[in-house]
Parts: sequence; structure tokens; C-alpha cells
Amino acid sequence: MTAAIVDAPVRTQPQPVALSRCYTFELVKLVSQWRVRLVFLACLLAPAIYTAVISQQTSLPADAVYGRWMNQSGWAGSLVILDVMGTLVLPLLTCLVAGDVFAVEDRLGTWRHLMVAVRSPRRIFVSKAMAALTVTLALLAALLVSSLAGGLLALGSQPMPGLDGHIMDSGELIRTVLLGWLTIVPPTLAFSAVGLFGSVALGRSPLGLLMPVVIALILEGVQLMPVPVALRVATPMNAFITHRGFFTAPGQLGSLWIGLAVSLAWTALATYLAYRLFVRRDFTDLAYDGMGRRFLVAGLAPLAGLVAVTTVVVAVTTGANGTGIERPKLEASLATSFSHLYVLQTEQLNRRAVTEEQLHATAKCDKAGERVEDHGPGADWRCVVTWTLPGATATGNAIYQLDVTADGRYVADGDGPKEVNGFFQVATPLGDRPNPLWQFDGVVDLLATTK
Amino acid sequence: MQPAAAVRARGITKTFGDVIALDGVDLDLPEGQIHGLVGPNGAGKTTLLGMLLGLAVADGGSLEILGSPVGRILSVPGGVTGFVDGPGLYPELTARQNLAALVSLRSGAGRSADVDEMLDRVGLTEVAGDSVRGFSLGMRQRLGLAAALLGEPRLLVLDEPANGLDPAGKRQVHQVLTDLAEAGGTVVLSSHRMDDLAALCDDVTLLSTGRVVFSGPVHKLARESGELDYRLVTTDADGARRLADDIPGLSQVAGRKSQSQYDDQSVVVRGPEPALDDLVARLVGAGIAIRELGPVVPPLEAAFLALTGADTDPGPDADISPASTPGLQETSR
Repeated sequence: MTAAIVDAPVRTQPQPVALSRCYTFELVKLVSQWRVRLVFLACLLAPAIYTAVISQQTSLPADAVYGRWMNQSGWAGSLVILDVMGTLVLPLLTCLVAGDVFAVEDRLGTWRHLMVAVRSPRRIFVSKAMAALTVTLALLAALLVSSLAGGLLALGSQPMPGLDGHIMDSGELIRTVLLGWLTIVPPTLAFSAVGLFGSVALGRSPLGLLMPVVIALILEGVQLMPVPVALRVATPMNAFITHRGFFTAPGQLGSLWIGLAVSLAWTALATYLAYRLFVRRDFTDLAYDGMGRRFLVAGLAPLAGLVAVTTVVVAVTTGANGTGIERPKLEASLATSFSHLYVLQTEQLNRRAVTEEQLHATAKCDKAGERVEDHGPGADWRCVVTWTLPGATATGNAIYQLDVTADGRYVADGDGPKEVNGFFQVATPLGDRPNPLWQFDGVVDLLATTK
Repeated sequence: MQPAAAVRARGITKTFGDVIALDGVDLDLPEGQIHGLVGPNGAGKTTLLGMLLGLAVADGGSLEILGSPVGRILSVPGGVTGFVDGPGLYPELTARQNLAALVSLRSGAGRSADVDEMLDRVGLTEVAGDSVRGFSLGMRQRLGLAAALLGEPRLLVLDEPANGLDPAGKRQVHQVLTDLAEAGGTVVLSSHRMDDLAALCDDVTLLSTGRVVFSGPVHKLARESGELDYRLVTTDADGARRLADDIPGLSQVAGRKSQSQYDDQSVVVRGPEPALDDLVARLVGAGIAIRELGPVVPPLEAAFLALTGADTDPGPDADISPASTPGLQETSR
């Protein structure tokens, strides 16, 4: 060491640390945190345990999309986990990783040390952002693998109907499930970027750490209300559920592409805001502890502006207005789902084969009687599905009560006749089986136009 | 031949809003020297150390480090390491992991031999596998020093490196810094402890409100203290007072009660050393035994207080060692 000091060559130019080394350094620090390790372990174990246990139950989480199929197909568990992720779970995960990656240096008082070691605020920022992204993607991968392993090991790869009732075989399911998980990466990145910004802007303040969840809560509140569809799809929260569009044929991909664009725009804007703030920070100012009130102008205003601009762009380019939940769309969706599931029921009952086209199924829906206009979400939709069988002169009628949520998802609850959709089970030659027509999930394409 | 300058600063100024942190600071640090930086809180020490590490740039003046002019943030030449405001460690990592991560950051490969050598040099080999979370302040300081040394420093900048160190740890750190200086490296350190600086530093720079009020060898600083106050404890305090009154140039001062068991029997006098010698001789001649005689405030601290204008009321924030520094007032004779 002594010799090294004496013989050290004189370097006249500062030597910033290579980005790859800086990234590794940040990754080591992040992974060394017990909190991150614990969360990774939970992501690796909890979905597998949950899906494996629930798949053996008769009481199922029917409130979740695909939940009622959890004891019939090994793929359903992963899809339930995927759907739940988009509520507040992923924003919470981004809080723990991206939301703390800068603030932790404030807490530990290590900024100066890091600056002296790395000599480049830009590289520190990029390294931290990349390290946070790596860990977040690792958590997502753990959730995917775990949820698939739990369901498939417990039940195997059984076919399952999509959200329009068409039966999806293993090949389609594996492709669609993986694509579905892929669709939540962009909104996760968006919330990670929000986390980076919160972490840079608010320092040790708990609000900085919780910023992704706070934003997610606000946006989730917007999602729960019957807001115009252009506003609904203009936030990254909606991007978490656009994977549902893969489960219909043809796919409802309008929301998906918009969600992707919105998420990337949020990612770019929030990352830029965080970067700009970070490289301008005076690291010699011992009193610095976040930007306080200026955060509202520097952070929230640009994001709110982005939502406003996106809303206008979506409204203009798609022509979508209102809530997007309209009677004709609901009737078409219900009739399609009924047709597919009727064919499935026919196969289960070992009756003479029939195709969807032969049924000529139609639906007539009404929302809360004549005094209420037939659009918008609500649990007061009542529909009558009519169909005919080949060679039969009479038509069949089945009644459904629909609970339609503002995001376009609906639960159709069969109201009779008992032989078709009024009872939860059907007697098949192999024994009693769940009746596919009794209750099922469907989805309305909010962006589709009916005029 | 004059040794090459590790640091050469001329007229450095730095302000934070309305606060003037540094005001025309000149500094020359030759290579191979341990230089102490001392001053009251807010004197500008940390700002100056931060500049030497490249964390801040001066608003005015010029700064050369290891022969290279420094004008931008983080643009100091290679070979400058150290820490300000604590050693900057990651508590979730062990001592070895902290150092290994730094080695990987700087060189791309974990040179475990270097890490082990550094841990040994600062006396942390036995706790190398322990999480830093459980380390005492002194252990953190030593690990921070090891981390700085891993950068093969030609200029080592340390802010309060002796904080929290026990005597053995202090001796170890002193040895490490002395070895570095003997090998040609330059060390700049700040300390609140004048005794540390006296034991370790060749030269010291005393800052007060952003200005250099003294810069030079430690022994010269001691001379800046002027006339010192001496506490004298004898077997006959009244007799000692009478004798002191008769000596030209010697005055008596009264101060607050100290923790000394001899408080009631002590006399505090101020004057030049010959006058003090005269008093001792007269006490011996009068048969009065001397039990204790020493400066109330050590010379370096007295110089510090005198030069920074803090000698009238040290107050709780005074930047001096915990040694007793009672506020003294000259009494009328």
C-alpha cells in the first residue's frame, strides 16, 4: 500500500467510475436491504401458496376476474394475481424499491461519500434507476413464476374460457398469460419513475417514499368513478388491466396500446423530472431535505398536465365519449359470451354438438327500467338472451343480472331458467360440474364506437 | 528544495445565500504533510474540506490540487479521497462488504487482499464480517478511514477522523496517517481536539468566520496564546495571594468554581513566565508547598480562543476540547 502511494501516477483528469461498476454497486446496496430481500421472498412464495391452496377450495374469489376458474384451471390463479397486482400492489412494490433508492442516501448521510467515489451525478442517477428497475423486474418475475407454479402444479394446464367465453387451450393460455404479465411492465415502470421522482424530490420525507402509492390511490379513485373513457385510459392505472383485452377474440387492444403509450410517457416525464432535479442538487447543502412545497409545481403539475393532454388526445383521436359502457356493446358482448359458454355446456352435457353460429344468440338489455338511460356502470342491468337450436322452431330465453363496473368488466349472474343458467352446477355423465352459464365474467370494449 | 504543493489556494471565497462560508482563504499544503484545520462551528472548515474533495467549487479565487486547477464540481484529480460529515457507510453491509463494494466500484474487481490489509491496518479484522449497523462511532470512523485509504490517496481529506475513538483507536489512526504522510501522501484533517492536532499535525490552519486567522507550525500557534492563566494550588492560599500581589507583571484573576478538590485553596494568576518563576521561588522561600501548577487552558486552546475571539465566553458551542475552560475575568488589584 505504501509503495502504491509513492508510485501512484499523477492523474490530472478526473476519472468517473464506469457505469457498469456503478450499477453493480447500486445493485449490491439495494439487494443487501433486508426489506427488499423479504419482499422478494414474499413474491416468490405467497402467490404459489395462495393459488395452490385456493385451487383446492370450493369457495373461490369470484370478485376477481378469472377467480371463479381457480379450481378448474391452473392458469386462473396467475391471472387472478395479475389482476390484483394492478390495484395497489405494484405501486407499493415500486415504493419499496424506486421510492427509496435515492432517499436512503439522505437517511444514511452517504451522498458526499458516493459523489466522491463516483464523481458523476449523472452516472449515479442512471445506475440507481437501472438498479431499481432490475429489482422491480425481478420481483415481477418472481410473482409470475410463483403464481404459475402454484396453479399448474396443483391443477395442471386445463383449458379455460376467455372473457368472451371462447375456450382457450394450453397453447393460447400460455401465450396470453405471458403477454398479460408483459403488459403490466410499462405501468410498473411508470410508477417506478414516479417513485424515483418522489425519492429525489422529497428526500427523507415519508411522502417521498409513498408517492407511487399516493398517486395510485388518487388514480384508482378516478378509475372507480364513471369518468369519461378518455380520462380513464389516460392514466397508467388503466394500463394495469388492459391485459383483459387479450382474453377476447378478437382482442380489445385499443386500451392496451393507449396504456402502453401513456405508461411510457409517464415513465419518460417522471424520470426526466427526477433527473433534472437530481443533477441540479447542491450536495454540499447540509440543510437540504427535499424541495417541500415546490414539489407541487415541479412534480405534480407536469404529471397532471400530462393526464390532461392525454385525455384530449384520446378523446380527439378515438372519438370516445361518455363512460364507454353502452347498451349495444353490452348486448353484443353478452350474446357472444353466452354462445361460447352454451357450446361448452352442451359438450359437458354430452348433447348433440352445436356451434356458436347456429345459436344466433342475441341479447336485450335494460338498465334500471325505462326511467334510466341505458348506459354507464351499475349493478342494475338486466338482460335477456335469446337463441335457437338447429332444427328447433322455438327460441330459448335466459335472464341475466349484470353488475357492470366502470372499467368495463361485468359479472353476468344467471337468473333462469334453472336448466340453462339458474343453477350453479350441471349434471354431466362424469358427475356434477360447475355450470359455465350460471355466472361468468365479461368485458366491454370501452373505446369501441357503436355509431 | 521546497516540496511540491498538494494544495494551493488563493483568495478562495464561497457563499451560501447571504452566508459567507469562506472569505479570501489562502492555503498552501506541501506534499507529505499532515495539516490540521481548526476553527469554531461555522468557521468554514467543512466547506473548505468539501472543496478539496470536489464536492463544491469556489465562487472566487483559485484552487490547485495535486498540480491541477479545480474549477468544476467533482473535477479534482485522481488520488484525492476522504470524507466529510461522517464516513459514509452502508449499515446493511458488513465491514468487509463495504470495502469490497468500494474496491469493485473503483477498480472493477474485488481485491480481497487490499480489503483485508486495510481492515488490519485500522484494527477491524476481527469484526470484518459484522454488519456495520452494530458498529460504534469509533469503529465507523476507522472503517471510513480504511475506505478512504483504499482509494490510494495522494491527498487524504478527513473531517473529524478522531471522533468517537478510544485511546487505542486514536493511536492506530494516528499511526496510519503518519505512515501515509511519510510515504509522501498529504493529509488534511479537521478536528475539534487541539491535543489531537498538536500530536499529529505539522502545520495547522485556524479559520474563523471564513477567514484564515493563523496558518503555520503548531508550536507557533501556541505562542499566539499570549499570557496564559495558571492555576496555583498551595498549602497556604492567602500567603500565595500576598506573594503574587508583590510581583510586578503578575495579576490575579478570579473565575468560576472548577471540579478541582483544591478549589478553595487555588489562586489563578496571569503574567509572563519570568514573573511566574519569581512567584514559585518566593513560595518556596516562604515555605509554602506547591501542590499543583498548570495552565488553566492549554496553550493551543488559549491561542484558539484568543485568535477566534472566543476567549471571553466560550459558551456551549465553543470549538475546543472538553477540557475545562472557565470564563475568566481579570480582577482589580
